[in-house]
Amino acid sequence: MQVDTRINGCPVTLGCAAGEFLATTLRRSGYLSVRQGCDTGSCGLCTVWLDGRPVLSCCTLTARVGGREITTIEGVAEEAAAFARCMAAEGAEQCGFCTPGLTMTVLALRRELEAPDEEAINRYLAGNLCRCSGYAGQLRAIKTFLGVG
Amino acid sequence: MLHIDRHLFVASLDEAAALLAADPHSAVLGGCGFLRLGARRIGTAIDLSRLDLDFIRADEASIEIGAMTSLRTVETHPLTAALAGGVLARALAPIVGVQLRHALTVGGTVAGRYPFSDLLTALLALDARVELHAGGRIALADLLNNPSRRDIVVRVLLPRDERRAAFADLRRSATDFPLLNAAVARCADGFRVVVGSRPGRARRSPAAETHLADHGLDRATAAEAGRLAAAELPFGDNPRGSGAYRQSVCPVLVQRALLEVLHAG
Repeated sequence: MQVDTRINGCPVTLGCAAGEFLATTLRRSGYLSVRQGCDTGSCGLCTVWLDGRPVLSCCTLTARVGGREITTIEGVAEEAAAFARCMAAEGAEQCGFCTPGLTMTVLALRRELEAPDEEAINRYLAGNLCRCSGYAGQLRAIKTFLGVG
Repeated sequence: MLHIDRHLFVASLDEAAALLAADPHSAVLGGCGFLRLGARRIGTAIDLSRLDLDFIRADEASIEIGAMTSLRTVETHPLTAALAGGVLARALAPIVGVQLRHALTVGGTVAGRYPFSDLLTALLALDARVELHAGGRIALADLLNNPSRRDIVVRVLLPRDERRAAFADLRRSATDFPLLNAAVARCADGFRVVVGSRPGRARRSPAAETHLADHGLDRATAAEAGRLAAAELPFGDNPRGSGAYRQSVCPVLVQRALLEVLHAG
């Protein structure tokens, strides 16, 4: 089937089978920043925005994105780079595999929550797993990026 | 592995019902967050997402939640987030992550009758009713007890009253499925005591509710209600825990939730 959508502001027609999930379609279409991790909705690696809201592309049927706006990290590159500088300053990542998904969730958090405290940040990011950082550096970087101490 | 033969966006509930009746392998799509958890072949995937069923609205007597409303919307919407002391937001917050809660829908959760559901446990404590396309309005408890019913969930209705409710859960890790959950409510006509993820579907405990109605709510009756619920309800084993462990945990969760209601006044 053909699905007309917009990705990072550009009109795109995606070809997919019924039952195909968006992470698979996006990667096949060259959006390789979208990681495939657990593929069961648990790890957050595949996070993209759908109409500005963070969703798991491994659990979003591609057929459902017709007429909607998808944003990957390339669509928010400048803001993502600013966050990346905070992450680098804190030594907050090792392998970096989870970083695009984490970044998309952090940028969504920035839009949704005003001056979040540490507990609110932790709650919002509970669906983004990292298996090498231990989260402490990430949390420092996020607080710096958000300007919440 | 999941396989879908064809994906159809319906233009009406009648069209969806006709498709559902025509093909025993058809299925109505909810949020699709749990579709990948099992191997399944779906003939016709019936998509309601263009039927304007994403809403939360209220009149004086009740709150209506459309079937395609996301769990995240329920968690954050002013009408539902603070309802009965915030029990829905409390029950929904541990479900994996914000991203998945943006996708999962109320209708999908109700129609799926998931035994591990946190939402269903909380909804039972709120005396939720469900509007089915063919079956009309029925109590959520009746829907959960009739798993063979093949119908379309249109909306969930919650009474707008002065009840106070609370939710408690135990998980092996923060965002895992619950090992056990409990929701309670104090209402004008008595109490609700619900235990879910036993690992069977959420169910009320009449013995615990009767004890609270007869003796009122205090620390001692909260503890006894927990013991009664643990004695009355069935518990079983699954990879997250044994039935015996769940039965031991049950009084603690019920008591915690009841004490939260007690201290809330």
